[in-house]
Amino acid sequence: MTMTESNGTGYLRGCPESQDSQLTAHDRDEIFIAVEDLTYIYNHDKAGGHRALSGIDLAVKAGEFLVVAGPNGSGKSTLARHFNAMLKPSGGRVIVAGMDTMIPENAWEIRRRVGMVFQNPDNQIVSSLVEEDAAFGAENLGLPSEEVKKRVEETLRLIGLSQYAKHAPHLLSGGQKQKLAIAGVLVMRPSCLVLDEPTSMLDPAGRVELMETLIRLNRTMQVTVVLVTHFMEEAVLADRVVVLSDGRIAVSGSPARVFAEVELLAELGLKLPAALEIAHGLRKRGFSLPQEILTMDDILAYLKNN
Amino acid sequence: MLSGISLGQYIPGDSLLHRLDPRTKVIGVLAAAASILAFANWQGLVLTALLTLIALLVSKLPLGIILGSLKSLWLLLVITFLLQAFLTPGTLLAVLGPLKISREGVFAAGEIVLRLALLILIAFLPTLTTPPIKLTAGLESIISPLQRLGVPAHELALMMTLALRFVPTLLQEAEVVISAQRSRGAGFTTGSPAKWARSLLPLFVPLFAGALRRADDLAVAMESRCYRGGANRTRMNALKFSAPDYVVIGVTLAVLAGVVALRFI
Repeated sequence: MTMTESNGTGYLRGCPESQDSQLTAHDRDEIFIAVEDLTYIYNHDKAGGHRALSGIDLAVKAGEFLVVAGPNGSGKSTLARHFNAMLKPSGGRVIVAGMDTMIPENAWEIRRRVGMVFQNPDNQIVSSLVEEDAAFGAENLGLPSEEVKKRVEETLRLIGLSQYAKHAPHLLSGGQKQKLAIAGVLVMRPSCLVLDEPTSMLDPAGRVELMETLIRLNRTMQVTVVLVTHFMEEAVLADRVVVLSDGRIAVSGSPARVFAEVELLAELGLKLPAALEIAHGLRKRGFSLPQEILTMDDILAYLKNN
Repeated sequence: MLSGISLGQYIPGDSLLHRLDPRTKVIGVLAAAASILAFANWQGLVLTALLTLIALLVSKLPLGIILGSLKSLWLLLVITFLLQAFLTPGTLLAVLGPLKISREGVFAAGEIVLRLALLILIAFLPTLTTPPIKLTAGLESIISPLQRLGVPAHELALMMTLALRFVPTLLQEAEVVISAQRSRGAGFTTGSPAKWARSLLPLFVPLFAGALRRADDLAVAMESRCYRGGANRTRMNALKFSAPDYVVIGVTLAVLAGVVALRFI
């Protein structure tokens, strides 16, 4: 498959190293999105502007699965909208694949490279036919109709919606609609997907379906995934988790490292996944469970071995 | 309740008419309508009736559907017939109290009802045999030459596409709002017209607020998918005339010419 472009040219090469102390040698591979000292103030020019982000430093590496978590109003959606130049920084800068989001000419190439999926599945579908909706992004790029057709077929097959190509989107389930929204950006052949709370309006089955799709895209096609969510269950699956609070990064690192901050997460109102809740309870009762435990299976394996 | 409403009356099928380019059907219908309304004398009417009959046969639509399109406008047909029959002066055929029916009246009424019926039958054919989204693409393509005169062809087509997309969604939402208001004791079906109209307010306010929110979200989502207006946009299903299209356009234009000839020669 050819979903990711050969990423040789456009990426940041000589960009300044991020100050994030979490970075290890492996992590420094290739930075796809570099956020440097980002500040964003809503209604910047008016009095009483609202400061949504302050001093965010973050590097999204090519091919990683990053979860941005945080309570409502922590600024995570605002941050996500900087990744495809829908919002421009009030201070600091955001560099996507070597392109500064402040430069208007870059906006469309950035949006092609960074596919964005939103919370409400209904409000991002433009056509009353599934395949026509999937084609929308590719048509906007001005590709020849043969190429559009080929990409739509490929993408719908990849995402598992081929049999619904001629259906009306309002007859799809919530999970299927979100998968269609993903297909709708994948036809532009982006290297990165940014999803802004894509599961919050889905039922549990749809949530699982969507997460499986994202993991598959990330693992098999090396699509960089940035998932914005307030479900900590979803953070367990990530390579790295960034927790925002009040427009700042409260904690970031591997899921195990972030979930170790039980008090901080509780303070932010972020609910631990059930397995970690149990692990935490067991630790309080004097069991010494290792930090790496993230799932029920991990707990079972540990208990069997001890 | 509301989600049973289907948009457009497209009947899926694989007839010659279904496979024609949408532009062909629009042009054909315009030509037929011009023949029926503007030029036809009775010989011309017979000719267009023949054309309509052939079109209906070729469409392979079930008879019930075809008659259904007439049924929706039967009242118009009946009233037109009665007005014409009673109000045309001429040789008396019958007298019903103060009403007089003339021979000329009956002929004139029959002719105008035939015209109307033919027009309705032919006008419904494109919507019955074309999915709305294709019809929209066809209309966009037909009016796009007017873009140079400042007609926003692409924007109009986009509006139609979005309307087609969101009407079912808004109907679903209306159902939710109705249920929510009902569960709090609101009645939507009883009372005087004025009271009924007022009872719709709690339905429309949330519906409009929701629609505006959706529009906002949609604009952001479309821009995120690199939408920047009609310029440089391509289409997956590019419209293409093929041999049957030329034949159909040729036949309908020939009929129009024939009808004009029958009238003036």
